[in-house]
Amino acid sequence: MNDNAKTSGSGASGSGGARTKGDVLLEIRGLKIEGESDEVWRPIVKGVDLSLKRGEVLGLIGESGAGKSTIGLAAMGYARAGCRISAGGITFDGIDLLAADEEMRRKLRGSRIAYVAQSAAASFNPSHQLMTQTIETGLREGIRGKAEAEKDAIELYRRLRLPNPEEIGFRYPHQVSGGQLQRAMTAMAMTCRPDLIIFDEPTTALDVTTQVEVLAAIRDIVEQFHTAAIYITHDLAVVAQMADRIMVLRYGNTVEEAPTREMLSNPKQDYTKSLWSVRKLGKQEQAGGDPILEVKNVTAAYGNAVRVLNDVSVTVPRGRTVAVVGESGSGKSTLARVIRGLLPPIAGEILFNGKALPRALKDRNADTLRRIQMIYQMPDTALNPRQTVYEVIGRPLEFYLGLSGAKKEARITELMKLIEMDDSYVDRFPGELSGGQKQRICIARALAANPELIICDEVTSALDQIVQEEILKLLLRLQRELNVSYLFITHDIATVRAISDEIVVMFQGRVVQQGPKTEVLSPPHPPYTELLLSSVPDMDPDWLNKLLDRRKVQPTAMSAGDR
Amino acid sequence: MTATHEATPAAAGAGKAMPSISARRRRSMVGNAWRGFLKAPFSAKFGMVVIAVYVFAAIFAPWIAPYGEAEVIGAGYQPWSFQFLMGTDQLGRDLFSRLIFGARNTVGVAFLTTLLSFALGGCLGLIAAIAKGWTDQILSRAVDALMAIPVLIFALLLLSIFGTSVINMVLVLAVLDSTRVFRLSRAVAQNVVVMDYVEFARLRGERLPWIMRREILPNIMAPMVAEFGLRFCFVFLTISALSFLGLGLQPPTADWGSMVYENKMLITVGRLTPLLPAGAIALLTVGVNFVVDWFLHKTSGLRE
Repeated sequence: MNDNAKTSGSGASGSGGARTKGDVLLEIRGLKIEGESDEVWRPIVKGVDLSLKRGEVLGLIGESGAGKSTIGLAAMGYARAGCRISAGGITFDGIDLLAADEEMRRKLRGSRIAYVAQSAAASFNPSHQLMTQTIETGLREGIRGKAEAEKDAIELYRRLRLPNPEEIGFRYPHQVSGGQLQRAMTAMAMTCRPDLIIFDEPTTALDVTTQVEVLAAIRDIVEQFHTAAIYITHDLAVVAQMADRIMVLRYGNTVEEAPTREMLSNPKQDYTKSLWSVRKLGKQEQAGGDPILEVKNVTAAYGNAVRVLNDVSVTVPRGRTVAVVGESGSGKSTLARVIRGLLPPIAGEILFNGKALPRALKDRNADTLRRIQMIYQMPDTALNPRQTVYEVIGRPLEFYLGLSGAKKEARITELMKLIEMDDSYVDRFPGELSGGQKQRICIARALAANPELIICDEVTSALDQIVQEEILKLLLRLQRELNVSYLFITHDIATVRAISDEIVVMFQGRVVQQGPKTEVLSPPHPPYTELLLSSVPDMDPDWLNKLLDRRKVQPTAMSAGDR
Repeated sequence: MTATHEATPAAAGAGKAMPSISARRRRSMVGNAWRGFLKAPFSAKFGMVVIAVYVFAAIFAPWIAPYGEAEVIGAGYQPWSFQFLMGTDQLGRDLFSRLIFGARNTVGVAFLTTLLSFALGGCLGLIAAIAKGWTDQILSRAVDALMAIPVLIFALLLLSIFGTSVINMVLVLAVLDSTRVFRLSRAVAQNVVVMDYVEFARLRGERLPWIMRREILPNIMAPMVAEFGLRFCFVFLTISALSFLGLGLQPPTADWGSMVYENKMLITVGRLTPLLPAGAIALLTVGVNFVVDWFLHKTSGLRE
């Protein structure tokens, strides 16, 4: 299969010339990039050197704001609106990208350098078929005719293991799943057989089970065509599977650069070590006490037609954390909506503190609402951009507890201390806070109501790993101090390990397994739990290979994960 | 902002730091506004100056104008002179004075009408966006029905039914114009209603007025303010048109629309006088549009 791929690859590229592994393809020297805000140009990237050989995969990692994506785009000679490349040189295959005119760079982009964005859903045009968009660049550059290009695209779809490769190209973006779309975007990037592909967090928005598929597909295709790649991510375990070399960035500077294995086994800088240690957070499991929330045999549906929850029962013990895990579409977010009264169930009941909870939101009184609070996935949309921190935290105090004046002040100061933020932040608007700070404010807003149960909907998935760890630690400490219970919805198993006492595994609207953490996480597992757990990347660079070898034996589990 | 003022004295620990923060903030807001003005393109500055002059004339009309609004001070159709800067009209009233009083009447009435139409249309639009379902359907279809009839013809019809008075005209135009405001406010509010913070407010048990005023309105202000400028121009033109047709502001009230009508025959003898009130209308419309354009560009966050 591999040999076959090579011949068709070099045959199709034609003009690409000899693709020998090992020549230097991309050379970036002393790159400085500045961004404009409030009339001032501030440095984003402060002098980064980078060189990439043909067929090599370089992983760029770092927290958000480290300049990863900016460097990725600069490798195409591109700077986002409001940014400019102020110094340095970028040489791609002997062409000085900064000296070349825009027309020249346009010709390179798409045909010789391609880009795969984080959110394929936002990057595809919703009103064109996938096929049209996949072959667009190739047709524009006149590399191939339409019929030939379509045939080639189908071949790429097949290699990326998309279901129904013959037909999927004639669907529209909303008709395929997120993972499939991400693979279609990789096919689009590959269609001109570029020399270099920049992957900007291509799997961050995907479920673990889908992530494995996409990772395997990307790695195969990069190997088959000797394509060089820059792989940008904040997930260390992912980069360990993909990259030959890893470069750690922080505040626009290179912290450390080394071959993957060396970097993983022996990181030199303190910052790199701190990145490595993040995944070690763990909570001692505690047995449950009296139940605070009992969901009993709940069935729910949207518009009486699509059943999203089927006979679901979940119990949350007081002062404990129950993690609900499952991929997107498993019904875990719907369960949260049902508990909050936004979607009244068709059957079953919900007990809160032993008493039946009214089904619909409008029938619940303020005191019941106060006891159940919510923290959302995206702090950006969970906070009103036009309200200051003071208003955000102050409102529940006023509304539920009737506090005002000095008492309210004192409580706000106390809450700010509780979430480990200085109270000088109370005058700020959400736009003036970082992602982690915004999430802290959301936590403070929930705590302001003195709740007994907090529903956390993927609260860490929009944050990078160091911040994730801080937030999880904060939540754990708050639980110890305030004895609140958490219903923790997530698809990230590492988070589950870190925070939960009990685990509920959901799949297609049903509870597959539930029990204490140690019991669920230790074998033997039901097939779906097995698939979910084995899909979580390890820091071991051989993890993906081993996993794929093992899975070849059981192809059924593989296809189940694709839905 | 009021919240921060309350915060200052009470926050014990940071008592010293807090006032400086809020003070710095307030100062920088004034500074930002001034810098924003300096940075504005020439067209926007021009528009702002024009609006400022009109507002000044409208407020201080009795003190600026050399003669009274309806005062007959000489023969009709006097030519331009130092005594009558722009001559006199058909009854011998000073045209310059009437032009100044016209700013007060026409612009004032137009402003009031627009304000009313925004209060009405904006509220209903927000309610439709929040409530969804049947409420939205009924309101939207009613608005569609009203919008199907051309504004000027519908206004003429209603005014001839209810009689021509300033109050009737303001009400009729406000209701007709609120349909457009409804459409816009509903559309922009729909984008905000789906946000998690609105859901959070509902989960907290907040009532509709609070959600409208505190969660949604601040987030749709930019397009609404821009629309206010544009709608003001349309209302203003409609009032002038109605006055020209004799159904708007009634004599002897000075109004630019009727002033064009009254002096229109001077055109035939080659005098420019009737074009002056028309020019005043055009200038204000252009000025407002310049400012709105700039404001929209600024708030849309687009870079050149």
